[in-house]
Amino acid sequence: MANERIFAGVDVGSSRTKTVLMDASKQVIGHDVRHSGTVFSQTAEDGLKVALDMAKRPRSAIAKTVSTGYGRHNVTFSNATKTEIACHAKGSYYFFPKEIAIIDIGGQDNKIIKLDPLGGRRGFKMNRKCAAGTGAFLEEMSLRLNIPLEEMDAHAAQSEDMVKLGSYCTVFSGTEVLENIRNGEPVAAIIKGLFFSVIKRVLEMDSLSDNVVMTGGVVAHNPHLAEMAAEIIGKPVLVPKLPQFTGAIGAALYAMDTH
Amino acid sequence: MTEAKQPKRKVIKTAAAMGKYMADYYYELDNAAKTGERKIAWCTSVGPAEILRTMGFVVYFPETHAAMLGSTRMSTDLIPHATALGYSPEVCSYMTADIGAYLQKQTPLTKTFKGIEGIPKPDVLVYNTNQCRDVQDWFGFYAREFNAPILGISGNVTVNASTDAIVTGVALQMQDLIAPLEEISGNAFDMDKLKEVVGLSRQCSDTWKQVLEAASATPSPLTFFDGCTLMGPAVVGRGTPEAVKLYKQLLAELEERVAQKDGAIENERFRLYWDGMPVWGRLSAHSKLFASLDTNVLASTYCSSWIFSALDAEDPFNSMAKAYTDLFIVRSEDYKEAYIKEKLEMYQVDGIIYHDAKTCPNNSNCRYGMSNRIQEKTGIPSLVIDGDLNDLRCVSDEQTKTNVEAFIEQLEESK
Repeated sequence: MANERIFAGVDVGSSRTKTVLMDASKQVIGHDVRHSGTVFSQTAEDGLKVALDMAKRPRSAIAKTVSTGYGRHNVTFSNATKTEIACHAKGSYYFFPKEIAIIDIGGQDNKIIKLDPLGGRRGFKMNRKCAAGTGAFLEEMSLRLNIPLEEMDAHAAQSEDMVKLGSYCTVFSGTEVLENIRNGEPVAAIIKGLFFSVIKRVLEMDSLSDNVVMTGGVVAHNPHLAEMAAEIIGKPVLVPKLPQFTGAIGAALYAMDTH
Repeated sequence: MTEAKQPKRKVIKTAAAMGKYMADYYYELDNAAKTGERKIAWCTSVGPAEILRTMGFVVYFPETHAAMLGSTRMSTDLIPHATALGYSPEVCSYMTADIGAYLQKQTPLTKTFKGIEGIPKPDVLVYNTNQCRDVQDWFGFYAREFNAPILGISGNVTVNASTDAIVTGVALQMQDLIAPLEEISGNAFDMDKLKEVVGLSRQCSDTWKQVLEAASATPSPLTFFDGCTLMGPAVVGRGTPEAVKLYKQLLAELEERVAQKDGAIENERFRLYWDGMPVWGRLSAHSKLFASLDTNVLASTYCSSWIFSALDAEDPFNSMAKAYTDLFIVRSEDYKEAYIKEKLEMYQVDGIIYHDAKTCPNNSNCRYGMSNRIQEKTGIPSLVIDGDLNDLRCVSDEQTKTNVEAFIEQLEESK
């Protein structure tokens, strides 16, 4: 087994860099996530080392690496690149091999990708040049509320009430949040309102098919978002294992396919 | 590290002659401005240039100047000066860039053409709102600044069919221009001269149409990005024999390349249609991006905007009215949808790119569901890119690149 060839997928996102190692049976045997920082090539190197340690494999076992994400061209050990659209589609279809609509909420962009029953892409939409509805929006709001980002989900999940936020823009939403604080609204209800706003922004990007999959770091760390999305669209929302790694998994699968 | 592929794009030989024509045109304008020997009329790009030329004016087109501000990437720094004057950053960035340039006393003409110190002062400004209302506001600014007379035609919008009633109304407005233009120019109107100019304009239009249609060959000898620069004489020189000669020369070059199967880009694997304005400050970057993906964006609604097939030398006023009403931008959503579908078939394209230009709603045809409708009816996939013609603050290069690469991946997977 130690000599078995493995495949690497590296997703250098605007916020986090995700690394996945897969064996030939398509099992994830190592993974890592870290801040992308400012030197993408070094971040990718560091992530790969940790993933290899977890997998207990030498670097020489890697047969092929595919990189994706904004920093895909900065991964020095990559053999090929694919866009994050392709990799999220590939990774999601691996978990849910049927006609699906994928909602990926990333640090600075959102995507809706539609796949046919065979996994072929029917189309995709990315958010406009605006941070509303992305992870960056929630990060900004966590600073405004002085609530750590990792605690936002618990607040939203426990709240029975929800403040309605109407603005289209992150800055205006911030002003609305301040107005609600001034009016004495509970913080948990404001956070739930922020989550609702994220979902609404994403859902207006495109229509959805019957099977909806949600991926990305924002959903990974805020599972209540997927629950709220299911409630809003009126149907169950599928979330793959390791949702933050879906793009990296797709990249590793491309590495395997094209080796 | 993975390296982006270096694209190879073919040079169009006639482009050099086109460049010289544009230089001569601006020097002619500059000479008129400096000597006062000829009167200068400013005209909208799809305005009644034929009438102005007939009356002896040298004709200046602010839109061409604004496109130069975009392509030289001067525009983004100039727009805020117009914004400070009360012009919203969300209205036409041709207009705001041009007004900003005027306020800052800057022009790309100075850098491009030695000895030209500024834009030529107008003796009259003549607009046609067939394309948008912004041109009237744009020309209105300069009319106030230069204390110059302003005349205009209020064109129709969302026209399904250019009926006799519509054509007659526009033709009458054109005829009403004659008396004030005679007074301003000091020249008497000459019907025979107008017929000659309209005839030349039609010839220019027909040849330009043939040039664009050469792109239907496989591989295509032309790209949309080539077309955006090659259309210069069709805008500023229609109605002149020189423009006709140039397009005949260009057509001959392209026909030879078609015969030799010499494509504009190497290894044309995908053919795309572009709807909307170009992003002028990224014309070269986008040309390279698509070429690096073995993809030719080979046809557009935009470059076809200077095809005026209704022009008829024997009936100049009515035919000008019809030609300027038959334009794509003037037409109804149903007409536009049918037009694009016809072009998709004609050019045998694999996909459509819609450029949703932030400040140009009239040239952004994806805003009323058309991209979804056409995709459903034809099965041809589409991609919407957010951007702008001149305001690069509305453009995200990384997002554009990712969108385009992902779109080509999608086309690859479906081949």
